[in-house]
Amino acid sequence: MSGGVDSSVAAALLVQAGYDVTGIMMRLWSEPGPNTGVHNRCCTPDQMADARRVAQLLQIPFYVVDAQAYFRREVVQFFIDEHQRAVTPNPCVECNRKVRFSYLLERARLLGADFLATGHYARVQPSADGYQLLKAVDGNKDQSYVLHVLNQQKLARVLLPLGPYAKREVRCLAKEFGLPVASKQESMDLCFLRDGNYRRFLAEHSTGASASGPILSQTGETLGQHDGLPSYTIGQRKGLGIAVGEPMYVIDKDPDLNALIVGPRTALGRSGLLVGRVNWIAGGPPSKRLDAEVKIRYRSRPVEATVTALDERMAQIRFRTPVFGATAGQAAVFYQGDRCLGGGIISEVLT
Amino acid sequence: MKRIYLDYAASTPVREEVVEVMKPYWTSLFGNASSIHQAGRQADQAIQNARHTVATSLGATDSEILFTSCGSESDNLALRGVMHPARKHGRGNHLITSVIEHKAVLDTAYQLRDLHGFDLTVVPVDAYGRVQLDQLERAIRADTVLISIMAANNEIGTCQPVREIGEIARRHSVLFHTDAIQAAVAQQFNLSNMPIDLLSLSAHKFYGPKGIGMLYVRQGVDITPQLTGGGQEGGLRAGTSNTPLIVGAAEALRLATAELDDNVAHYLELRDRLIKGVLEAFPADCRLTGHPTERLPHHASFAFRHLSGNDLLIHLDAAGISASSGSACLTGDPSPSSVLEALSLDPDWTKGGLRLTVGTPTTAREIEILLDQMPDIVSALRHFAASYA
Repeated sequence: MSGGVDSSVAAALLVQAGYDVTGIMMRLWSEPGPNTGVHNRCCTPDQMADARRVAQLLQIPFYVVDAQAYFRREVVQFFIDEHQRAVTPNPCVECNRKVRFSYLLERARLLGADFLATGHYARVQPSADGYQLLKAVDGNKDQSYVLHVLNQQKLARVLLPLGPYAKREVRCLAKEFGLPVASKQESMDLCFLRDGNYRRFLAEHSTGASASGPILSQTGETLGQHDGLPSYTIGQRKGLGIAVGEPMYVIDKDPDLNALIVGPRTALGRSGLLVGRVNWIAGGPPSKRLDAEVKIRYRSRPVEATVTALDERMAQIRFRTPVFGATAGQAAVFYQGDRCLGGGIISEVLT
Repeated sequence: MKRIYLDYAASTPVREEVVEVMKPYWTSLFGNASSIHQAGRQADQAIQNARHTVATSLGATDSEILFTSCGSESDNLALRGVMHPARKHGRGNHLITSVIEHKAVLDTAYQLRDLHGFDLTVVPVDAYGRVQLDQLERAIRADTVLISIMAANNEIGTCQPVREIGEIARRHSVLFHTDAIQAAVAQQFNLSNMPIDLLSLSAHKFYGPKGIGMLYVRQGVDITPQLTGGGQEGGLRAGTSNTPLIVGAAEALRLATAELDDNVAHYLELRDRLIKGVLEAFPADCRLTGHPTERLPHHASFAFRHLSGNDLLIHLDAAGISASSGSACLTGDPSPSSVLEALSLDPDWTKGGLRLTVGTPTTAREIEILLDQMPDIVSALRHFAASYA
């Protein structure tokens, strides 16, 4: 329970359905602002108080569990380290893999729980071939992308009560349940940032400042200087400080040369991906090539592609038509319709 | 599931007899004790009787007993109320306290130093949490006004040599305050023959209501009110007298004093079984904290190596057992305990505090259930901690 609308309603729905529910908040990270006392989004005193009020209203026990050291190492340090080597990770995926659905799931089991429930928007459905992970009914809110790391053992222990609801309905439910958090704003920022500015965060937390280096055209011509590769994302156009007539986009990062490669929009198009750390939700890789839709960022539309498992943990993706903005470190998640088949982390973007 | 409550040092239930004597003062006898009319006189009479009851239990005179809103207020009044006039009248500027005092004393002392310019000496304790008398005596200076040392520690249960400390204070003409908030449920203080000048109590620690504290101030001690106004409590604590809670506090103290010997015998039997059982269950990675014998009879406290006390409390709670680490913390922040650090415990141990305190309703069976459950909980937590270290 984060003190937000989603986890609060998830808890209320379970209580209503007759489950014996215990609320847990994880203390993950706190980054008070210098002098201002502004906190990052996660587990502030206010959020703790909100979650506690909701738990009291629902008459369920509520505990704050410390995971600061573990979260720091597995999520925040990973985020910093990956950026250092010019890779752009999705920390929410790592948090779900290492913290929520490992550390917290295990903790919940120790407390005697049969299931771990969260306020994620996605659905778990048992079928003849085991548990399936399905997109949320509310396509706008669907979070199956960050849950692609779940396997059969974990899905058997996971409840996602918000899967069948639209966000709008969840707010209504919060009002109906009389939860004091019904009208709380939601934030899209990473929970460990106090101001939503990850470049500032990286600059403050990286060992050794990221060095500036050349901005190169695809033909190797120097067009300008960048202020450190971690500050740029693939597909970025603004803030490059170069003027060469046509709009230029970040199309690649070369950590060996410490160079930022730019080109016209057409040069952003990519025909495929190599994906590592693949999790196949059904249990193992498919024996033959699959037609699937692949999502290459949390907020992008799935695109048609073929997926070929190279081994247990590696897969190759070929897109029907070139895609823009594919970035090493982000998750590529495979779908057939509503069903999430699994996914992995982009290790290489293929031209 | 029937829950087991082993946190009587945090708070106790109000006794039925106490609830009964308070009852009329909420409704029919609601008058303001400062009023001149009949309703006021009835309330004033009840408060006078209560004050006399408390004074009798403590071997004090009625005018030496003040009612406050809680134990923390009593501590604050003792320290602030004594230090300020002492400096004003040129009697000194220095106070002494110990490193393991309750925050109500320690944070007040720090504020007197940092905000008001008093000199402060914080004396250390030994590995059992006892103040060393020679160190204490050496800390006394010509301008020392007050020594404040608790009678017994809330977190580790260690009792201080209160009489000896008081004698040292007397020899040097220094005032002595003791916070007896944890001790009062298990110790009687006869202040007519104890060298104590100020003593704090809190009713909810001995089966009385919350929201009411007491401060004994020996006749002749120069103390100024910290809450000024209507002149209640002999001019030392303004605010409309809280008749029902005052009546309840006095009755609770009277009963606690009358039944002290029986209760202590009951506590000791349970506590000793508890300490023996826990230490036997965890021979390597658990130790008793505080003094093995000079400790409160209802108080057992432990430190577990490489374990978070917070986690232990969560899992005990989920198993139906209410325990404590010694100081309340809801935020999940696993800071080491400053009291355990003051015992010079290695950092491996200082986050792993557990306090189990028994009360009059506690049964031997409850202790056996706890001893039965603990090994599984501790081993599961150790296993978990190892896999996510």
